[in-house]
This record gives sequence, C-alpha cells and structure tokens, in this order.
Amino acid sequence: MKRFNAFVLKEFYHIMRDWQTLLILIGMPVAQILLFGFAISNEIREVSISFVDQDNSRYSREIRQKIDASNYFKEGVEIYDTQEVESYFRKGEIKMAIVVPEGFAEQLVNEGNGQLQVIIDASDPNTASLLSNYIQAIVQSYLDEFNRGAKPPFFIEVRSELVYNPELKGAYLFVPGTISVIMMLISAMMTSISITREKELGTMEVLLATPMSPVQVVLAKVVPYLLLAFFNAVVVLLMGYFIFDVPVNGSVPLLLAEMLLFIVTSLALGIFISSITSSQQVALMISLMGLMLPTILLSGFIFPVENMPLPLQVISNIVPAKWFLLIIKGIMIKGQGIAFFWKETLILLGFTLFFVVLSIKKFKIRLS
Amino acid sequence: MKENISIEVSNLSKHYGKFKAVDEITFDVKKGEIFGFLGANGAGKSTAMKMLCGLLGPTSGEGTVAGFDIYKQSEQIKKNIGYMSQKFSLYNDLTVLENMIFYGGIYGLSRKYIKEKTTTLLKELGFDDKLGTMVSSLPLGWKQKISFTLAHIHNPAIVFLDEPTGGVDPVTRRDFWEMIYKAAEGGTTVFVTTHYMDEAEYCDRISMMVDGQIHGLGSPAELKKQFESTNMDEVFIKLARPNEKV
Repeated sequence: MKRFNAFVLKEFYHIMRDWQTLLILIGMPVAQILLFGFAISNEIREVSISFVDQDNSRYSREIRQKIDASNYFKEGVEIYDTQEVESYFRKGEIKMAIVVPEGFAEQLVNEGNGQLQVIIDASDPNTASLLSNYIQAIVQSYLDEFNRGAKPPFFIEVRSELVYNPELKGAYLFVPGTISVIMMLISAMMTSISITREKELGTMEVLLATPMSPVQVVLAKVVPYLLLAFFNAVVVLLMGYFIFDVPVNGSVPLLLAEMLLFIVTSLALGIFISSITSSQQVALMISLMGLMLPTILLSGFIFPVENMPLPLQVISNIVPAKWFLLIIKGIMIKGQGIAFFWKETLILLGFTLFFVVLSIKKFKIRLS
Repeated sequence: MKENISIEVSNLSKHYGKFKAVDEITFDVKKGEIFGFLGANGAGKSTAMKMLCGLLGPTSGEGTVAGFDIYKQSEQIKKNIGYMSQKFSLYNDLTVLENMIFYGGIYGLSRKYIKEKTTTLLKELGFDDKLGTMVSSLPLGWKQKISFTLAHIHNPAIVFLDEPTGGVDPVTRRDFWEMIYKAAEGGTTVFVTTHYMDEAEYCDRISMMVDGQIHGLGSPAELKKQFESTNMDEVFIKLARPNEKV
C-alpha cells in the first residue's frame, strides 16, 4: 500500500504541475453549466403519448384522430385514470397524456368552450415545451375546421400540466448532461493521455521493470483521476442545486454510487484507449472523436434520442453516457429508485467489464 | 545458484513469428562485474535485456538473474534489479527529490531513508543543492547521472543500463563511467548496452551480438587478440561485417 501511495502521490504532482490543464478541467464544467443554459430547440417525432378519453364523444374521437394523424405522436399504453399517468412517466413509457374530461362534448356544444388537459413529463424541458406547443397547434387547427361558418366561434382551452419540472428549466437537462461530459473528459480522456504519456516518454518501461505489477501501475495512475472526476461532478451537482435549483429528488447515496460506476466505466474506456495506442496525440483524437462527441451529441444530452433518425438511435445504444443520463435524470428529477434502472446499471457494468477484459488481453499480447 | 554468478543464461531465444530476434544466446555474468552488451542496431540487445529484466517472456532457453528463474520468478527479479531505459527515466515535471521519493517508494523505501540516501549520493556528484530543482531545467548530462543514481537507490544486486550515455558529451560520459565503476566496486553487477566502442574498453567483459546471436565473448583484450585488431572498433566491424576487409 505504501508503494501504491508513493505512486498516487506522483500522479498528483503531475496533475498539479500542469496547472493550465487543471484550470481547464475545473473551469470547464462551470463555463459549460453557464453556457448550456440556453435552450436548444429541435423537432419532435413519434413521441409516445396516451390519450385518456373519459368523454368518449364524437369530438374527443375526432381530436384523437387528428393527433394520431400528425406523425408527431404515437399512442402508447391505454390509460383510463389520470392518477396512473405519473407511474407511466416514471417507467419512461410515455412523455405526455392528453385527457379529455367527462362532459367535454356537452360543454363544448352548449357553452361554446371545452377544456382539454395535457400532462407532460417535463424532465426534458426542451421536449416538454415543444410537446405543449404542438398539441396547442393541433387542437387549434381542429378548432379552425370546426368553427368554419360558426358564429360565435367555439373555443377549446388546452390546460398544460407539467410534471417534474414545472418551470421548464433547462438546468434540469444540462446539469446531468454536463456531469456525464465532465466525467468522460476527466476519466477517459485524461487517463488515456496520462498513460500514453508514460509510454511515449519511455518511463512506462522503467515502471514495468519495478516490482509494481502492470495492474498496480494502471490503478495507481487512475486513482487521482477518479477522485478529480468525482470532485468535479459534486461541484456541478452543488452548482445545479444552489444556483439553478435543480433538486436531487431521489436517493443521494444511490446517485453518488451511480456516478462512481460511470466514472469507472469511463476509466475503463480510457485504459482501453491507452492499450491500443502509445501516442498521446492518437489517444487525444480517439477520446475526442470516439468518446466526447458521441457523449455530447448522441447521449440525449442535447438532442433527445427518440427524435434521432433510426441509425443514430441504434448507435446511441453503445454510448455509455446515454444509459448514465437515463439513470441520473431518473434519480435527480423523477426521484426514481434502482428498480427503474437496474437494466441501465447492468449495461454500464457490462461496458466496464468488457473494456477491462479487452485491455488486459491487449496488454498480455504485447508482453509475450 | 553458483557462487559469484549474477546472471546465467543458456540457449535463450525470443522469436517473433519466423524472425529470431534473439537466437540461442548463452553467457554468464559474475557478481560485481561490468558486463558490456554490444551490437549493431537491431541486433537484439534490447530484446535480450528486456527478457532479463522480466519485461518480456522468452520463447525458449533458460536463465537466472540474481539467482531467480526468469520464467517463474520475475517478481523476485524485479525487486533485485535496477533499470535505466534508453529513453528518459525521470519525470520532467517533478523535482529531483520527488523523482527519488517516487522510485524509492515503489521499492518500499521510507521517505526519510530516500532523502538521506539521495542527499549523500548527490553530494558525491556535487549537486546536492539541486534536490528541489525541477528536472526539466537540468542539462541532459545531469539528468542521465541522476537517472543512474535513481536506478540503484534501492541497492539492487544488478543494474541494467540501456544505452545510458546516448547523446551525452565526452566529459559527462567519463563522469558517468566513474559512477559505474564506483557501483561495481560496491558489489553491484552492471549490465550495460552501448554503441560507443571506446566505452566497450571500460568493461570487464563484453559480448558482441550479431543478428540475434553472440559472436564474440570475452574481455576487451581477449577479443582484440582473437580478432587480430588493435581496437574495439575493428573488432566490431569484423564481427558485424565479416565479409568486408578493414
């Protein structure tokens, strides 16, 4: 252990001496959090919804047809009780429920105005506000046909109810997103560069000629980055909480444990990268193109996965950050427990194991 | 293990597919000896040395280093050797003392011991005032000397030096060899590869590798006699290019 500590201490020296990099690592999440505050709008397509028809009238059926015909939505699970809506949000099966209350048709015909209720899962604020606008527009176009020649015009009020993130805060989206990017950056990219640096300088050879085993060498190199990534993630969480009022509705220990798991996954990726190249430049390029870009673009951080074209949706499945984002959003915003994302957790564990085994194999081939 | 034998190798080979990087080499090195390991680029010196250090597994043959088997006891070997690589062994962004504490720490030495030992060693070299200096600001010759100090801070039985004097000026090279002599006098076995034929003369015994095989083995005087040469340069050329007339 003493040997191991001496090694870890040396890694910390490396990190501290390279203070420009350290500054970027610590400054970046802060800058990113502030920058990503701007909403990024995009299209929606085939979002899962439920139509809760308590009225079952000609008008409610017509509105339903209109919505189904729009291509923006597809109907998921059949729901009759509005109380059930949230449980389907939690499971992630639907994003929105349109409720036509009993007596809707009667009120519309007799009094000239009906009321629709729309319940939206706003844990992804960009999508939520888009969904709300689309429904408003569809109902309005139905109304325009309905009103043709009618005087005075009929009126339908759409009342939106946003669940999880009633104020549609972008922070609900970019705090978890930034955490995953930071972790990828520090754990995967910095680790791969730091290990390949030793190879490039030739010091790795010297280290391997010492009583430290290769596994110990790699672990010792990785520990400081694990701590740094964890520290950074906590800073972002705290910033989210105190500056942007992003809550942690679920269990904090669970959240920290899942963050740790994702850090380990990223470290495994970083180690794998350093096992396939001995050049810092190449490691940097692979990390940027192979890890950072997918993490930012394909994980659902900026662009919702369900709105991507099918090939990209398929590719997104091999982006670890996608699974991590589902987990972390579930805990922070929806207050879910492990029962809701044990599958995602297993997938992350699988990724980790896969890359650790692959790295060990690579390493053995080279030694023999 | 035989008395006084530090490294013993017989028929050691390393093949990469059909290519025989090291082809059945046999030699032994006595305790406290300065053993020169010579050969042209690509002759298999580094590969052979890596097998002795436990960095590379041999294809066939046998060998012991410091009394430990190179197949089964590489962990034990690593505890008993020091290694200075052809490339740079020190971290530029650490101070001299931090480098020492790091390496010493890997061998389980206490901070206090490392500090005292480093101070003593560097005092002998005349730059004990540079303990807190960042390695990046030292000239190459000093770095090499400090690398050597580093490689035997844990009092290993054998130090392996892979072209330690590459790119260093003649004066520093002589200083360096004085350090090597001093280590050998203290009982440390020194196993050194080099390109410089004048340095070969400083060794107690040398081996000449050509295409993975040892073609000459003995003291510099013996080799010069055997190959009817006046200096090591000639010996080397006769061995490496047997068809050319000198």
